[in-house]
Amino acid sequence: MSSAAARKPRPKYLSLRALLLEIRLPLPGWVSILHRVSGALLVFPFAAWLLFMLDASLKSEDGFAHVQHYLRLPLVKLGVLVFVWAYCHHFCAGIRFLLLDLNKGITLVQARRSSLIVLIVSIALTAWFGAKLW
Amino acid sequence: MVNRIVVGAHYGTRDWLAQRITAVVMAVYTLILLYVFVRNTPLSFGVWHELFTQGWMRVSTLLFAICLVWHAWVGVRDILMDYIKHDGLRLALQVCTLLLLAAYLSWSVQVLWG
Repeated sequence: MSSAAARKPRPKYLSLRALLLEIRLPLPGWVSILHRVSGALLVFPFAAWLLFMLDASLKSEDGFAHVQHYLRLPLVKLGVLVFVWAYCHHFCAGIRFLLLDLNKGITLVQARRSSLIVLIVSIALTAWFGAKLW
Repeated sequence: MVNRIVVGAHYGTRDWLAQRITAVVMAVYTLILLYVFVRNTPLSFGVWHELFTQGWMRVSTLLFAICLVWHAWVGVRDILMDYIKHDGLRLALQVCTLLLLAAYLSWSVQVLWG
């Protein structure tokens, strides 16, 4: 055992410090973990929140006006923005995963480029929507 | 006798395939809804309400809700299997997830046909 890798202390346990500062994810790794985070956020709380608003907005003209007014509150707008990002990211990353399943763009260079595209497009869409919202 | 090999591959194939099919259905619905929104801005109560009284909208929205619940179940179960090591806690969280998703589905039916 003379290689450099063999001399590193093993096993290496994951600490919070390691998770936050030491482990560097490659871009496809970021797309993947954010796909999880955004998916979890969409299940809860966003699905419940949207159902609540859909329910209120369809019940009566009053309810519809209420939701419209509610959506003008700054904190609510911020929530909507987080939702839009989560949806856009989950959508774009999902399409990328479907293409990877079809063996499209599986070389390292292509996979890195497509993950960068996913991150940029979802943030750009969120920014565009945010600009319309304010 | 249960004719089943307990080791081997393919046990996740159905979930894997379901995850992808439901994703495509939801993506198509998203684009349709986006088109409806863009065509009808600013949205009035009349247009909004009228849209959701139409049969095709109700059915496709329910289809979306079913896909969402199924997709979310596979996804959340994967997350729980990856991060929650304690069996009892994982089972409890999975049951909570199922109940939440069942509640979403019945709420959607109520909103659409209530």
